[in-house]
Amino acid sequence: MTRETVYEKLNEVFRDVFDDEEIEVNDSTTADDIEDWDSLEHINLIAAIEQEFGIKFSMGQVVTMKNVGEMVDIILSRMD
Amino acid sequence: MQELEYPFDSEYILKKAKSIKKALLEEKTTRIQKKIAVLGGSTTHDIVKVLELFLLHYGIEPQFYESEYAQYWQDAMFDNAALAAFAPDIIYIHTSNRNIQEYPQLSDTEEAVDAILGETYRHYEVMWDKLQKSYHCPIIQNNFEMPAYRLLGNKEASDVHGRISFLNRLNERFYQYAREHNHFYINDIAYLSACYGLDRWADSFYWHMYKYALCLPAVPVLSFNVANIIKSVYGKNKKALVLDLDNTLWGGVVGDDGAENLEIGQETSMGQVYSEFQEYLKRQKDIGIMLNVSSKNEEENAMAGLMHPDGILKPEDFVLIKANWEPKSKNVAQIASELNIMQDSLVFVDDNPAEREIVRKSLSGVAVPKMDSPEQYIRILDRSGFFEVTSLSQDDRLRSEMYKANLERKKEQESFGSYEDYLHSLAMKGTIKPFEPLYMARIAQLTNKSNQFNLTTRRYTQAELEQISADNAYITLYGKLEDKFGDNGVVSVLIGHREKEILHMDLWLMSCRVLKRDMEYAMLDTLVYTCAKAGIKEIKGYYYPTAKNKMVEGFYALMGFTLEKTDETGGTVWYYKIEADYENKNKVIKVVEA
Repeated sequence: MTRETVYEKLNEVFRDVFDDEEIEVNDSTTADDIEDWDSLEHINLIAAIEQEFGIKFSMGQVVTMKNVGEMVDIILSRMD
Repeated sequence: MQELEYPFDSEYILKKAKSIKKALLEEKTTRIQKKIAVLGGSTTHDIVKVLELFLLHYGIEPQFYESEYAQYWQDAMFDNAALAAFAPDIIYIHTSNRNIQEYPQLSDTEEAVDAILGETYRHYEVMWDKLQKSYHCPIIQNNFEMPAYRLLGNKEASDVHGRISFLNRLNERFYQYAREHNHFYINDIAYLSACYGLDRWADSFYWHMYKYALCLPAVPVLSFNVANIIKSVYGKNKKALVLDLDNTLWGGVVGDDGAENLEIGQETSMGQVYSEFQEYLKRQKDIGIMLNVSSKNEEENAMAGLMHPDGILKPEDFVLIKANWEPKSKNVAQIASELNIMQDSLVFVDDNPAEREIVRKSLSGVAVPKMDSPEQYIRILDRSGFFEVTSLSQDDRLRSEMYKANLERKKEQESFGSYEDYLHSLAMKGTIKPFEPLYMARIAQLTNKSNQFNLTTRRYTQAELEQISADNAYITLYGKLEDKFGDNGVVSVLIGHREKEILHMDLWLMSCRVLKRDMEYAMLDTLVYTCAKAGIKEIKGYYYPTAKNKMVEGFYALMGFTLEKTDETGGTVWYYKIEADYENKNKVIKVVEA
């Protein structure tokens, strides 16, 4: 799976979870960039991403992810 | 909304919660409004969010009070202006084994273990008592799920020091409290987590990351269960099943295969599956669910199938049997009308997806569970929560008999010259008295369920009704009706509050099962006498129109009241001056009065 495809799918998930068709995420996107992305929505976002890609993040990964770019790195590493 | 019907896709619901809510709010349905306080011992954010969806789907528009993180006990026990101002209609306490403060130590004596158990239990009991005293509303309380690990292995269950033993005993104390308190309901997360799979349910990732006592994907399962209890408390359970026959109640097609070749009974595995399903349905009947048949069959064949010697359900277990070649949607609508219940009180059970689609499309509100493989029928029906039991009255147990007696009456009616002759022939006996504790559960049930013959559609919880009946400012009456075909139980409920010499009718309702029996006149007679005795000179009646109560628009006129005013929504106010020479309006029911 290419980084572009991951982003395509990821954007869909973000749009579903935050119910906003305008969202477009990139490597440097963080929770500060999306209004509704608070700690409570974070859990839903993580769960929806896990479901979309059929993977499960470890606690260590969730705790240390700094931005969407790092999240995509993890997703890609699991896709091989 | 199909997305919210069992078996639902939890991940989808969590992901799409916002857009599902939007869609639900766009539906043009009338919903009752309820204030629900959620007191959590762990994070409740998504639980509340998803609970809202299920409640909206059930026709309840909730407003929530959500305690701060893990503040359930503080919120309940100490002065809480915010909660008091919120005035909850129902309180849900979401605690889990994460909230247990002390478990037995291996070195503890048996007495010491008992003491810890007692103390842990008291922590909850004082809270429930306090909440009941402060808010007089129903309480829903989680029991405890099993622990995620077992230090003593299998011995955890039997050794008094084991946590499994401890939690089981604690749960039993909770159940005892539930048995002794009417408005207290257990939300059985011990069962839910077992069904879901405890390892997944108790995934500690969600506890350490977000302080959720259960895994996020299980949240809809939990919220759905709570929603089922709430909708049941507010009278929104289904009432009747409409069952297909061929490949639903037995294997095979009776018209083609012949009754003797049907799969039912202990001979084959498939036969056993259908027997177990019939057994399950028979027990549904015992809790007051009315069983009916809609089958595309010659009636003769349908009956032959139902009389199969190995069958568990017999023709007499059903209230109505429609075996014909009409569209099922027509038969189902007919069943609702003959039983005198709303279409949305029915569950349609059919293995054929095409038939299900027709019923789903043409009859709004009828529940149509997806029944695809016979070995899953019981689970699908059971987990759908259509008939969630929060109270079980004598009436529930006898319901099928009562409706069948009704059909007998209809038949007899046709053989009489005049309607009044017929009414006399029924030898009706009424009991009309102020509310009594014995009937309170049934009265509460009626006030929450009756939609059609209901002038104000005001809903009351049992706790409120108990308060009202003890309050001198109120006049309450219940009416019970018996006749030669059987006892209809409590069928009419009146509540009025007194302001000086005027009685304002807050509630006047009657069960549609006794329409046109002159019971409403008997109720008026007793009401007038009760008022006269209490020095009341005038009765004021109110009619508030809803989508369902058009049948009583002209009720007060019929009762001899005079119209005082009409508001812009079609609501009306009526008055009735009580005269000394009042003459009984009921001439056909022999009434036992207070």
